[in-house]
Amino acid sequence: MGALLLRAGGAGRSVTGPGSGELEPRATSLFGDEEVALVDLLDRLLAGGVVLAGDLTISLAGVDLVRISLRALITSIAPVERPGTLAARAERADRELESGHG
Amino acid sequence: MSDTLTYVYALARDVEPAAVGGLTGVGGGPVRLLTGDGVTAVVSDVDRGEFEERALEERLEDLEWLAATARAHHHVVDTLGHDHLVAPLALATVYFDDERVRAVLAEGRDTFAAALDRLAGRAEWGLKIYARKGGGAAAGAEAAKPTSGADYLRQRRKALRESETSLDDARAAAAEVDAEVSALAAATRSHRLQDAQLSGQSDPMVLNHAYLLPVERADELRALVASLGDHPRIRVEVTGPWVPYSFAQAAQGAP
Repeated sequence: MGALLLRAGGAGRSVTGPGSGELEPRATSLFGDEEVALVDLLDRLLAGGVVLAGDLTISLAGVDLVRISLRALITSIAPVERPGTLAARAERADRELESGHG
Repeated sequence: MSDTLTYVYALARDVEPAAVGGLTGVGGGPVRLLTGDGVTAVVSDVDRGEFEERALEERLEDLEWLAATARAHHHVVDTLGHDHLVAPLALATVYFDDERVRAVLAEGRDTFAAALDRLAGRAEWGLKIYARKGGGAAAGAEAAKPTSGADYLRQRRKALRESETSLDDARAAAAEVDAEVSALAAATRSHRLQDAQLSGQSDPMVLNHAYLLPVERADELRALVASLGDHPRIRVEVTGPWVPYSFAQAAQGAP
């Protein structure tokens, strides 16, 4: 469900559902000629768009700055790629193969 | 206590109030300017209940809210960034009131000015590189019906190895492209690799970078990406120009 909602392009816009459309008058990039994928936008707005002075957040955190970090949400949707996964599976297949012969 | 909070979209320079006339922000509120000493904050009022910490924890689960907020934030920054120098802030950078924003502007004046200077005449471009699916390694495993359990495992192991090799090759090719683009760029930033479920792509992503490029070098980037169109190992996607989301930050080591 999350994938559907976050997917880019025309399909992504159609599944944001009625009622949210008016908040999205145009989903275009700078200079207005292309659609922006929400997932690319969130890369920037969450992980990328660090508050101008990073120390600003820290020095004011818990005092008067109410700033959310939604990174946790994105992390939960998009687990970090594990490059070792395929190799690990190959190793496991090796072991199974050997035990099969034995 | 006011019912609203002040949401800050970006810091900017040389913005006339007319530039935000008719522009609406998150939650539909009109966008305003708070001008400090040489630096302007682009803000709007947002509903306090919606953005207070406890409410936000609930909002974290609400992808529709997240999408609408991100789009609204982007709309403001992108519209203004067309003709103005802007340093976009993170989603939901919210202060209790305008006075707090003015105080922060005054305190960080030099830092903000330097950050804006760094962005002048530059725009952000995104590069996403995907590994092309290996030439039938996985498909071959499906095609030949295994004659035994051991045979199945042998085929599967071979397919996995080939797949891993092609991924390594793709990463190496992506690193070369990155080096070339970085040579054009004033700064480079890496974003997390997008999960296939988010990207909507079946090919695995091997690179997701943002580059801060002098505007006059954009054509060189386009030409480079075009030249990679038939690369056997990787598929390159370029996005942009973006307002410099990934580079709106204080220089490293700044106080």
